[in-house]
Amino acid sequence: MRTPLVAVIIGLLGASMVAAQKPDSTRADSATRSRERRALDSLAAVIRSLQARVDTLAQGAGDAAAKPAPQSQGQPTRTSGAYMNIGFDGLSDFGWSSEPDVGSLQLGDHDPAVRGFTIPNAELTLDGAVDPYFKGFANIVYKLDSGGETGVELEEVYVLTTSLPGNLQLRGGQFFTEFGRQNPQHPHSWSFVDQPLVLNRMFGPDGLRSQGARLSWLVPTRWYAEAMVSVLNSAGGTAFSFRSDESGGIHGGVPVSRAVLKLQDLLIVPRITASFELTSTQTLLVGASAAFGPNNSGPAARTRIIGADLYWKWKSATASAGFPFVSFQTEALFRRYDAAERESAEDPGVTLPGQKLQDRGFYSQLLWGIKPRIVAGLRGDFVNGSEAAFDAALRAERYRLSPNLTWYPTEFSKLRLQYNYDHRKGIGSDHSLWLQFEFILGAHAAHKF
Amino acid sequence: MQIFGILRTAATALIAASGIGTAVPKKLNVVATTPDLGAIAREIGGDLVLVTALAKPTEDPHFVDAKPSHLVTLNRADVLIEGGAELELGWLPPLLDNARNDKIAAGAPGHIVASQGIAMIEVPTTFDRSKGDVHSLGNPHFLMDPMNVKIVAKNMADHLAQVSPASAETFKANLKSFNDRIDQKFVEWKKRLVAYRDAKLVTYHKDFDYLAARFDLEIVETLEPKPGIAPSPAHLAKVVSAMKAKNARVILVQPYQNRKTAETVARQTGATVLDVPQQPGAVQNTSTYFDLMDHIVTTLAAGLEAKP
Repeated sequence: MRTPLVAVIIGLLGASMVAAQKPDSTRADSATRSRERRALDSLAAVIRSLQARVDTLAQGAGDAAAKPAPQSQGQPTRTSGAYMNIGFDGLSDFGWSSEPDVGSLQLGDHDPAVRGFTIPNAELTLDGAVDPYFKGFANIVYKLDSGGETGVELEEVYVLTTSLPGNLQLRGGQFFTEFGRQNPQHPHSWSFVDQPLVLNRMFGPDGLRSQGARLSWLVPTRWYAEAMVSVLNSAGGTAFSFRSDESGGIHGGVPVSRAVLKLQDLLIVPRITASFELTSTQTLLVGASAAFGPNNSGPAARTRIIGADLYWKWKSATASAGFPFVSFQTEALFRRYDAAERESAEDPGVTLPGQKLQDRGFYSQLLWGIKPRIVAGLRGDFVNGSEAAFDAALRAERYRLSPNLTWYPTEFSKLRLQYNYDHRKGIGSDHSLWLQFEFILGAHAAHKF
Repeated sequence: MQIFGILRTAATALIAASGIGTAVPKKLNVVATTPDLGAIAREIGGDLVLVTALAKPTEDPHFVDAKPSHLVTLNRADVLIEGGAELELGWLPPLLDNARNDKIAAGAPGHIVASQGIAMIEVPTTFDRSKGDVHSLGNPHFLMDPMNVKIVAKNMADHLAQVSPASAETFKANLKSFNDRIDQKFVEWKKRLVAYRDAKLVTYHKDFDYLAARFDLEIVETLEPKPGIAPSPAHLAKVVSAMKAKNARVILVQPYQNRKTAETVARQTGATVLDVPQQPGAVQNTSTYFDLMDHIVTTLAAGLEAKP
């Protein structure tokens, strides 16, 4: 169909050219010649548009005739990650601190731990749909301690339901508990090289995570609101303010061994969060969380932690690669640790009186995504604790100021420089400078807001 | 337990305040990841759908924030339309994990993958990020080819009919009239650009390749050395010499791309920077796909017409 049509048109065009050339040869007038060229151009344009029309029709017919074909041609089978996304994240730090015992200053498990080089987090992440009802996630962390020994940690392993009715969602396994904003985030998502002081004090070096279940309800409001409650085991180092063998750092005594006798001996963590679009470019996310559970300063002692968090972000309407943006994040936490009468860890035989230990603290951080892939940040940390009958470094007043600058060559790598001005009451001020490098392999890093 | 009691009271108060239960007309709630998909959905769904796009028309669709408000939008959706070729990979998956909406789960009739059936270009044979952020399923900017839009529209009409069988005939009729208009406008667009056949262009990102192929234009360079990689001075010097050698006279940029970089290159080559958005609504009077393509074609023609 196409060939004869084009041939006829070319024939017609040829004839018109011959006709047009006759007066040209006799008059040789340049004005006429340019007029004729325009005529020829427009004729050529008509031909091409007709050709295009024919192409369209032909393509349309082709599509109808060979419908399944383009699918197999256009959607190649993905051989890698067909049933599971695999990712790897490597985080390393290099730097120096005026405090020789860096570990006494940088208390987080994924913080820089020594003068020189630290590899505090090398994380294997796996996720995928289990079946139509569950999604599965696993994070296995390898880390080198200050002596260079490798530690392996089953950080998270959990399933998430995908099709519960009533806007409900259940998570089961071991997971970072949804308390506040940063606790559920992996170090790779943090905006600073180290854990905020207040989270370290309340939740320990590795954050609050335990084995259990979390039920969440997406409230059917016009704006985003989500209510959730986690029920978790209350023992172990990652239930730091609860039945943890390391709780001596909080109450100064020898931890007692406590069995789980009733539901209240589990750790209960409710949270409510809501978000509002302030303008088309500004989003606000607020939340309130609490954690209730037993602690092992005595056989009946309990801990209560409450927290509030706020995150605000402005992002340009013409953002390129997500920049420019400005964000502000803050979290404040308060803990009441009802320490029972207990034997002092430092002076065996001495009994410490029962006491309500109150700790509080907050951090605030401001980030400015100046231009694509460059972020400047400033964080302030403050923590302190009430008077007690013993000395505990983990409860003393401390503040820290941390400016930093991060460069993301792509979203798969980053280079971060951070300075910490650190002041510990009774000890003095310290200065630290850290350079952090991170790389990501495999599955694309998708971020929650 | 006390905590549950508090939660329940809070939730009840929230529901009361939000006015749930107000009557909503029985339109299908269609959510598109990007405004271009939304514009096509409006044509096919007509009065029977209410379309929301998650990404703003002016922002980089590769880097949209997975905002909680998007979660709410997805939770209420009857239909989700995503590009499919990993354009939304950085932000859609966490939203879908939490949307709690079976209607738009992967594989459900209400989950439309626009790239289905499209002959994708630049599909990599190996997955290697040293070549930049190459999408493993191919170049995802396929809606710049009107012929691909017809395939997407058909895909949408089929899915909408499955979701709402009672309206199947309407969707079919809308599809026909949309496709007829595409054919008609395509001839017009082609005619407008035919004088610039094989004209040499430079783009910021590899986002106009489908358009160039369909309208017989030639993209000689991109300002990005590799997809998603920021322009380097060394690469821009290469672009400048390529533009001079091949007489490329225009540089296409989208609203979110770095216009200053394009302007610098334009100054050194005597080229013109053309603002060519790919999303309906990014500039005024481009709310439909046709308006947008009219705008693109007119801008291109005007830019290519101008003497260097």
